[in-house]
Amino acid sequence: MPGRVAMPKQPPGERRKNFREVALGLTPELAVAEARRCLQCKNPPCVTGCPVQVPIKEFIGLIGQGDPAAALKRIREKNLLPAICGRVCPQEVQCEAKCVWAKKGEPIAIGALERFAADHGAADAAQPGRAVASEASPAPAASTARPSRARVAVVGSGPAGLTAAAELARHGYRVTVFESLHAAGGVLRYGIPEFRLPKSVLDAELDGLRRLGVEIECDVVVGQTVTLEDLWAEGFRAVFVGTGAGLPHFLGVAGENLNGVYSANEFLTRANLMRAYEFPETDTPIRTGRRVAVVGGGNVAMDSARTALRLGAEQVMIVYRRSREELPARREEVENAEEEGIEFRFLQAPTRILGDERGQVVGLEVQRMELGEPDASGRRRPVPVPGAEEVIPVDTVISAIGQGPNPLFIRYTPGLATTAGGQIAVDENGETSLRGVFAGGDIVTGAATVILAMGAGKEAAHQIHRRLEGQL
Amino acid sequence: MFPIIARREIAPGIHSLWVKADRVASKARPGHFVILRLHERGERIPLTVVGTEPEKGLVWLIFQEVGKSTAELAGYSPGDALLDVVGPLGQAEPAGKVGTVLCVGGGVGTAPVLPRAREFKAAGNRVIGIVGARNRDLLILGREMEETCDRVYFCTDDGSFGHHGLVTDLIPLAQAEHGPVDRVLAIGPVPMMRAAVAKCGELGLPVTVSLNALMVDGTGMCGACRVTVGGVTRFTCVDGPEFDGAQVDFGELSARLRQYAAEERLAAERFAARRKGGECQCRGA
Ligand SMILES: Cc1cc2nc3c(=O)[nH]c(=O)nc-3n(C[C@H](O)[C@H](O)[C@H](O)COP(=O)(O)OP(=O)(O)OC[C@H]3O[C@@H](n4cnc5c(N)ncnc54)[C@H](O)[C@@H]3O)c2cc1C
Ligand SMILES: Cc1cc2nc3c(=O)[nH]c(=O)nc-3n(C[C@H](O)[C@H](O)[C@H](O)COP(=O)(O)OP(=O)(O)OC[C@H]3O[C@@H](n4cnc5c(N)ncnc54)[C@H](O)[C@@H]3O)c2cc1C
Ligand code: SF4
Ligand code: SF4
Ligand code: FES
Repeated sequence: MPGRVAMPKQPPGERRKNFREVALGLTPELAVAEARRCLQCKNPPCVTGCPVQVPIKEFIGLIGQGDPAAALKRIREKNLLPAICGRVCPQEVQCEAKCVWAKKGEPIAIGALERFAADHGAADAAQPGRAVASEASPAPAASTARPSRARVAVVGSGPAGLTAAAELARHGYRVTVFESLHAAGGVLRYGIPEFRLPKSVLDAELDGLRRLGVEIECDVVVGQTVTLEDLWAEGFRAVFVGTGAGLPHFLGVAGENLNGVYSANEFLTRANLMRAYEFPETDTPIRTGRRVAVVGGGNVAMDSARTALRLGAEQVMIVYRRSREELPARREEVENAEEEGIEFRFLQAPTRILGDERGQVVGLEVQRMELGEPDASGRRRPVPVPGAEEVIPVDTVISAIGQGPNPLFIRYTPGLATTAGGQIAVDENGETSLRGVFAGGDIVTGAATVILAMGAGKEAAHQIHRRLEGQL
Repeated sequence: MFPIIARREIAPGIHSLWVKADRVASKARPGHFVILRLHERGERIPLTVVGTEPEKGLVWLIFQEVGKSTAELAGYSPGDALLDVVGPLGQAEPAGKVGTVLCVGGGVGTAPVLPRAREFKAAGNRVIGIVGARNRDLLILGREMEETCDRVYFCTDDGSFGHHGLVTDLIPLAQAEHGPVDRVLAIGPVPMMRAAVAKCGELGLPVTVSLNALMVDGTGMCGACRVTVGGVTRFTCVDGPEFDGAQVDFGELSARLRQYAAEERLAAERFAARRKGGECQCRGA
């Protein structure tokens, strides 16, 4: 039996100097070979690992038969953004973890195949192999022909909001998405970098959404530019809130407001949304420095570190308080980061950021840790090693230790119940304490994943439909 | 797109701008600001909403040319449009009736002071204005402040108009002439706000300031605008921009405002050079 195919990638030495996509995608030959490795299990366990139940066995079978277009169609029945999920899902803990081949350490490359179907399967795919820009949801003829139903507002254009919008539009609703930033996509736009998720892929999905009749209005902060009351007055019959977990947490150590200390959100937003990497051709500056420490171990930390490298930093370190086993980032991205020369400092926790007389960062003080007893999350808790402190000379510190709920919609919407953690509270149907207002994605769960946000958006759309049909 | 309806230079390098932004115009209250972006390559810059005409969907802004983006904006005129205007942003607690209020504006800071002064007046307060600038030419909104306030004191650094000196000299003077002061609002350059806060501290007066931290999104998502207030990190865009002046770490704010000094200089120089070059090309064509 042949082993799992390797994803073709840009060589590390080259890609660390550019923002082009790292993973190049499977060729048709590789895709067919990988698809044929699938055993087409009778009761495929892989699908139980997918939060939206993509018919994995079936779509892989179709790729094996050389029909990516049919494969894409099958995927789209369950997943509206396969070009994105194929690229960013943490497959190794989801679908691929459940594949029967996982025990042998060589699960079918489900994510890569899903991406292949999306990139190659669209009917209008112009150039196979690099056809991402034309991959988009072809508007199902039925939805446009159907008489249009009530108006529904979607707040926030991240994966949760976009999925809810698409589902509602397919049901014939007239949907307007309101986004506070000047461009749609949420974290897919401002957070996840170009080299992992080309903006052309996102733009194609947004075009598909517009073809479904969805209107996207940017520069609108719901709560401030328009209130919930205004939305009802404008004739919206239901609202979906997918405002995300965008509020950055800082380290809570001395020196966190020195110049040179960024939240990952700020650093990535400057780079991605504002295209600071083209400064001075664009107007937003960014200061990367020569030696950069990124604190954290998730996808956000990997993205920040690899962005800093591409912006010209000489040395980039990930400082993480647990060990390699506990790194929450996608495994593929940890490997990519290592290949590109990012240094990992495990079992170190920041205790202080040191600055000079001008208020500029000059060092990060860390405390060495060791792993103790397992904590509530089941991971072994890091405990300080007495006396083991060290100062790492750096000129930039990027804090990537997590985010809380975006504050504005909640703050300016009276009567909206929240949880102890500040997230929006919802019932089993995804409905908030306000009738007709549903919520999902990171704003409900706390920072999670793209596919979970999409799943929540889809489910909420379904419940909104039921509510508006009088079934809820 | 957000069309520009009028732009006029009201003092050397200071411009009044009316832009059409219906949703903002219908919602903005004194204390709010907007973030705008000129074009596809532009940065997001915050400007205070000085006034609105909700029926016409118009928003009034006043800005000073200090760097690349504001210099470029100064070249916009009716017929042009801004790519993005988002707002209103920030917290704008209604002023309420407190008694006698001193509204202190330094330089272009008088622009954010004016709507608050108007609001304080409308709420039934006695409002005393203090307006300062480097020189007579740079004094702005004098007439509007006089129309709004019960009394306005002027000062200039060079003595070319009004009191020869700083706004801080006039705070005790106003207090002496108008009896007890219940609240001070001081907005202007950081050194001016810092000095005003120190003066109010000496006089035992509560003072509110409006901070102009560097911003990116303006919605609480990036933390670029963080400031230390009362020993706690706050985000200017969503927790402010107005804060209790006595609690603000102005030293940190000044340092943070200098963060991109080198880049700002580069951008401004390139823009100036390009504008010159552009004019030459135009004439050649
Ligand atoms: C750097 C980074 C890398 C990541 N990498 C991965 C990955 O590889 N794989 C993965 O599965 N997950 C990843 N994630 C997590 C994933 O991106 C999120 O879980 C997901 O985007 C959540 O989607 P959402 O729709 O709930 O919210 P978001 O994507 O956060 O979108 C919310 C949107 O709502 C807007 N908004 C907020 N308030 C308002 C308002 N009042 N009015 C109007 N608009 C508003 C925001 O501007 C934003 O655009 C990553 C996250 C980050 C930050
Ligand atoms: C809430 C808020 C409200 C504001 N309201 C107004 C207003 O009503 N009118 C107005 O003229 N300006 C206002 N500002 C300041 C304005 O946003 C900046 O002057 C502008 O962004 C500068 O852009 P630039 O590219 O022209 O200059 P840059 O190239 O960015 O900077 C040039 C010079 O200006 C300084 N500078 C940059 N940003 C700021 C800032 N935020 N505050 C003070 N100095 C700065 C720099 O340190 C540098 O010396 C406000 C700022 C905030 C945060
Ligand atoms: S959506 Fe994500 S979890 Fe589901 S099959 Fe695709 S890659 Fe796997
Ligand atoms: S479990 Fe693995 S081998 Fe079996 S159907 Fe799913 S992908 Fe194919
Ligand atoms: S400007 Fe980004 S959080 Fe305030």
